[in-house]
Amino acid sequence: MGVASGAAPDFDDFVHQVVSKELLRFFTAGNVDDGKSTLIGRLLYDSQAIYEDQLVNMRRPGFPAGESAIDFAFLTDGLRAEREQGITIDVAYRFFSTPKRQFIIADTPGHEQYTRNMATGASTASLAIILIDGRNGVLLQSRRHAFIASLLGVSHMVVAVNKMDLVDFSERRFDEIRTDFSKFAAPLQIKDTCFIPISALHGDNVVHRSERMPWFDGPTLLGYLESVHIASDRNLAEMRFPVQYVIRTNDGFRGYAGPLVSGILQTGDEVMVLPSRIVTRIQSMHTYEEELERALPPIALTVTLAEELDVGRGAMLVHPVHAPRVSRVVDARLVWMTERPLDNNASYLVKHTTQIVGARVRDVRYRMNVNTLEKEPSNQLALNDIGAVTLVCHKSLFYDAYKRNPATGSLILIDPITNETAAVGMITGIQTGEVLATTMGTRTGPVKEQERSARCGHKPAIICVRDNSPLVQRLERLLFDRGCFVHTVEEVGEPAEILRLVKILNAAGLITIWSTPESSRDQVEAAAQLAGIESFIAVEEADARRGEEEAARSVCVGLEDQGVIPPATATD
Amino acid sequence: MVRLAQKAFYPGRIPFPFLHIDTTYKFPEMIEFRDQFCREIGVELIVHTNQRAIDQGANPHRLGTQACCGLLKTRALLDALEQGGFDAAFGGARRDEEKSRAKERIFSFRDKFGQWDPRNQRPEPWNLYNCRVHRGESIRVFPLSNWTELDVWLYIYTEEIPVVPLYFAKSRPVVTRGRSLVLADHIDSVLPGEEPILASCRMRSLGCVPCTGAIYSDAATLPEIIRELLSFQRSERENRVIDHDQDGSMELKKREGYF
Repeated sequence: MGVASGAAPDFDDFVHQVVSKELLRFFTAGNVDDGKSTLIGRLLYDSQAIYEDQLVNMRRPGFPAGESAIDFAFLTDGLRAEREQGITIDVAYRFFSTPKRQFIIADTPGHEQYTRNMATGASTASLAIILIDGRNGVLLQSRRHAFIASLLGVSHMVVAVNKMDLVDFSERRFDEIRTDFSKFAAPLQIKDTCFIPISALHGDNVVHRSERMPWFDGPTLLGYLESVHIASDRNLAEMRFPVQYVIRTNDGFRGYAGPLVSGILQTGDEVMVLPSRIVTRIQSMHTYEEELERALPPIALTVTLAEELDVGRGAMLVHPVHAPRVSRVVDARLVWMTERPLDNNASYLVKHTTQIVGARVRDVRYRMNVNTLEKEPSNQLALNDIGAVTLVCHKSLFYDAYKRNPATGSLILIDPITNETAAVGMITGIQTGEVLATTMGTRTGPVKEQERSARCGHKPAIICVRDNSPLVQRLERLLFDRGCFVHTVEEVGEPAEILRLVKILNAAGLITIWSTPESSRDQVEAAAQLAGIESFIAVEEADARRGEEEAARSVCVGLEDQGVIPPATATD
Repeated sequence: MVRLAQKAFYPGRIPFPFLHIDTTYKFPEMIEFRDQFCREIGVELIVHTNQRAIDQGANPHRLGTQACCGLLKTRALLDALEQGGFDAAFGGARRDEEKSRAKERIFSFRDKFGQWDPRNQRPEPWNLYNCRVHRGESIRVFPLSNWTELDVWLYIYTEEIPVVPLYFAKSRPVVTRGRSLVLADHIDSVLPGEEPILASCRMRSLGCVPCTGAIYSDAATLPEIIRELLSFQRSERENRVIDHDQDGSMELKKREGYF
């Protein structure tokens, strides 16, 4: 077959050099006429990444040959509609490399109407180029672009002040824009921001240093892209391994394939399997090339565990102490992606890591005015809106805050009727009570949770009911009569304190009825969420009002659905 | 792409069959390679041809490239996907190949007629791919989207992946037709009045015999091909006649269901 090899060793060195070049992914954002496509064309042209036959298609009819006859935008606007209208509609990806680095550019549209496309392009980028027209200065749109970059966690930003040729290459004008932008961007917490005056059309400070702006002593745009420090701030402490696929072979091998998205994994390590919370050990780790002793992210591999467990797609192996939150309730910021606005009564599907679960949006906490960065009260999100919501999922997600771990902190919402991607979401952390969650790690004693469940005949659960309601009495009786170990907690005090008590009962295997004042309901739920309590049922006020008998039975059905208690037999 | 699949499912086997849309105008060397390769790695190979169109005399000289591709590639592909009941298919297309492909998603949704709607694509943040479809609809998956031509050859070199010998330069009979260099040692490839000459050349991309040009080249080994790539001034699909039959022709083909 056609393998030809036998190259000189210096060729192998060369290949190694090229293959191990650092990759920088960045996106460009600018308004319709800021010259964004021209800038990308310029970067590619000056770094010799455009082929001659592609240049032919970029020649403007009627212009004499030479650089001015080239319409750089023709290169990036790949769709007919874009070329006809002269605007960028969808994200286009372009590739180029220099001797120092490889680059992937996401060319994103600037218009507000395409905020969602920009968010998409930003999601995989580690640097943003915000283009500003030197004549117009910092506009509302520039602010929006910077905000979206920060929302998606982009840590480096270049503010390219373009069209300097049209403002006489004025240093004063450049300084004005820098001051304006810095003032606005301060609260966005972007790790580093670099300002560069350029003319994309003429090439000043893009690849080649401009002789017309001797006052500027910073790097050229390409110089900056080649040198900005991107050695990733990988999260090596919190091991997360979402299971994608179970691999079985004829000789009895059973392994779990997936990406190691954060943390370090070594054979023999203790890992906790979610959702079962069973702690076991990594027996072996396999890739096509070799068997591994130690793995670092990002890598895809197949692991085997010391025990035969029920693990499938959607499960996650995690560090037993530094575990993610396990909860059905998730706070997230959403960018709304479809024409059909958010519907609080509709069901959505949440795709998070390798799980797809049903969910409902419990409430919209606020909508962000992307131009002023102010939070506005709202109960609605429409196309391109950005807002904060609370999601209630049918099954628990295993998640971290997006800022801490993008792989376990990102999700998409899918409309189950149209199958469209309705929203992208960044999970936010709840600041208060953060300490509580970490101090309440599950104690792993000699008696395992499954052993307790086996003895009790049911799993532990927490049922949250409004205090003094007859439902509390009825429910305890009903569950007891069905053979459950059940107890009611009616303490008054800080929810976090009571939670500690409830958590202990939960760990002992009991079903706990937690009677709380209505006013502290949200706090209780948030606290339960933080503590990673799996089976948490909050009885809604509307259900409780239907009468305690019906409400109690409905809670039992809920417990059956969640697999906490076995289904009722005919004699019950 | 096969190597990536082998790695992804290792130590298990690739759990899906391979599908080849054979227009009957493919290079014989490629067909031979295909059969041997699939046998060696032990995968199930499905070959589908739009025999009805061929029987009715469909060929690029008679129909023009647009109609010919429409019948022998696009229609054949859609029929094969439907017959197999496949709701997803992997393809090797890359974004650097052509400007409308630069807009393509990694998981690209196709409606029940196999059509691509470039103005209404699903957003694709992070690596959270939305692969939900209704019955009859499908997803085309392009795992190599962000690879460049150079990346592919470097990978072939480092992984020692076998390739069709036509990619390596050697002296072959050719004729010059318009802007293309057409290999003359294949059936029907020489038109009346054309006089083949011998030239050292190789294929940079493999489509159908009448519609894929060779390039002058002396690159007979992988390192030579890689060095040659680094010196190239012209794009890889330049020699694909079908990309140039009108402005945006790849976009139009893709809209109809072409890979």
